[in-house]
Amino acid sequence: MEKTTPLYETHRQSGGRMVPFAGYLMPVQYEAGVIAEHMAVRKACGLFDVSHMGEITYTGPDALSLLNRLLTNDFTNMTDGQARYSVMCQEDGGCVDDLIIYKVKEDHYFIVVNAANKEKDFAWMKGHEEGNAVFTDISDSVAQIAVQGPKAKEILERLLPQEAFPVRYYSANFDTSVHGMSCVISRSGYTGSDGYELYLAAEDAPAMWQLLLETGKEDGLLPCGLGARDTLRLEAGMPLYGHEMNESISPLEAGLNFAVKLLKDDFIGKDALTAKPLTRIRVGLKVTGRGIVREHMTVYQGDTPAGETTSGTHAPYLGYPIAMALVTPDVSAVGTKLTADVRGRRVEMEVVPLPFYSETRKKSRK
Amino acid sequence: MNFPKELRYSKSHEWVRIEDGIATIGLTDYAQHELGDLVFVNLPEEGDELTAGEALGDVESVKAVSDVYSPVSGTVLQINEELLDHPELINEAPYDAWFVKVGSFTEDEELLDAADYEAFCEEEGKN
Repeated sequence: MEKTTPLYETHRQSGGRMVPFAGYLMPVQYEAGVIAEHMAVRKACGLFDVSHMGEITYTGPDALSLLNRLLTNDFTNMTDGQARYSVMCQEDGGCVDDLIIYKVKEDHYFIVVNAANKEKDFAWMKGHEEGNAVFTDISDSVAQIAVQGPKAKEILERLLPQEAFPVRYYSANFDTSVHGMSCVISRSGYTGSDGYELYLAAEDAPAMWQLLLETGKEDGLLPCGLGARDTLRLEAGMPLYGHEMNESISPLEAGLNFAVKLLKDDFIGKDALTAKPLTRIRVGLKVTGRGIVREHMTVYQGDTPAGETTSGTHAPYLGYPIAMALVTPDVSAVGTKLTADVRGRRVEMEVVPLPFYSETRKKSRK
Repeated sequence: MNFPKELRYSKSHEWVRIEDGIATIGLTDYAQHELGDLVFVNLPEEGDELTAGEALGDVESVKAVSDVYSPVSGTVLQINEELLDHPELINEAPYDAWFVKVGSFTEDEELLDAADYEAFCEEEGKN
C-alpha cells in the first residue's frame, strides 16, 4: 500500500494523475500535461509537491566531524543557512544516496534525502552514529513545495518581505513565515531554472499550496507533476539516484567530482575512489537520429559496445531528444559520434557538454 | 472524450475507418489522453504487410514507448508522413491524425462499435 503526502487530496481534486513512485502515490502530471508544465517552469513558474522527500536533522557538538567522515563533500567553513550537495558512499565507493545538507546553525544540520532511499539512508546514518550527535528522521512531519521558474521570486514577493529571501543559490532562511505558516525558504531546486523550495509543517501544506496556486495564477504558474520534474532535471543535466548513480556506480563515474573532496581527511569510500581508475564516465548525449533514447539502452561506437544509457527523453524546451549514459572514457569527448540500440534499431547520437540547458549560459549569451 | 459513431475500434485503442475498400487506422482520443503528450512516432513503410493484432509501429510520449497495433491484416498503401514531424497532431486531433491506410485487408479481429468501445474505456478507467 503506497503512502500519500499531505497534498494527496489536493492533487486528486485538481486533476493530478496519481501514480506510485518511491512508495508514494504522486501526481505524474496535471491536466496541462508534461510539456506545458515543463515550459511553464522554463518561462513562468511551476509548483511541485515534493513532500515525499526525506528530511533528517543532525544535532550535537560532534555533528560536523561525523558529517565530514560520512559524506564526500567538506562541510567545514559553512555559514548559517548555507546548503551543500553531497554524496554518501559505501566503503567500495558506490553511492548510498545523494543528498543536500543545510547548516541551520552551529552543531545543527538539516539533511534532505531521496524518497526512495530515506529508510536506507537513515539506517546507514544511525549505524554510523558516534560521539555526541544524533540523527532524527522528521520526514513525516515535514512537507516540501518547490516553486520553480523565472517568475518564482516575483510570485513569492507578494507573500514574503524582501529580507526573507535567501540571496545566494544553495542557501536558506530557516526562520520565516507565510500568512502565519512557519516555513523554511531555500533558493534551490531540481529543474535547472531559478526558484525556491519551501519546507513547512505537513498540516500547513494544503493551505500553502492553494495560496501559491492563487498568487501565481496571473503569472502563468502551473501545478507540475513528476513527469515534468524528470524532463526538467534531465534537460538541466542533473543526475537522479537509481539512474546516473546507485550502489554500484561511484560519484566520480557520475561526474560529481565537485562534491567529492578527495583531499580532505578520511571519509567512507575515499580509499576505493582514490584507488580505482575510471572505467566509465557519465556523458550527455544529443540524439541526432530519429527516435527517443531511454534508459538501459546499449551505446555503441561503430560496432563496439561502449556503455549504457541511464536516462533519456524528449527535451521539451530544447525541442530534441537527449540522454545521459555511462560510457568508457575513450568515447566521452564532446563531439564523439555514438549510436544507441533502440529496440533493435541504431539511433545516432553525439556527446555534448552537460548541462544540456543552463539558465546562466542562456543569460550570458544575451 | 470523443467516440465518433462512424468508426470502429480495437480493444488496444486504435480506430479504423473503412471506406471504398481502404482501412484508415489511427489512435483513439482515449489512448492519446492516457498516453499524454506524444513526441515521437514510428510508422511502417508503404508496401509492408500488416497482421491484425501485431504492432504496426509505436508512439513515444515524454514518459514511455507504446506499440500501436494493427486492427486489420493487409498491405500498407500510404503512411501519414506529417505525423513523423508533428506527433503532437495525435494529441490535438486524434481522429484526423491517421497513421496508415491499408488495402486488400481482412478483418481477423473483432472490432467494437462506438458505444461498446466507450463502455470498454469506462471499464478500463475504473481499474
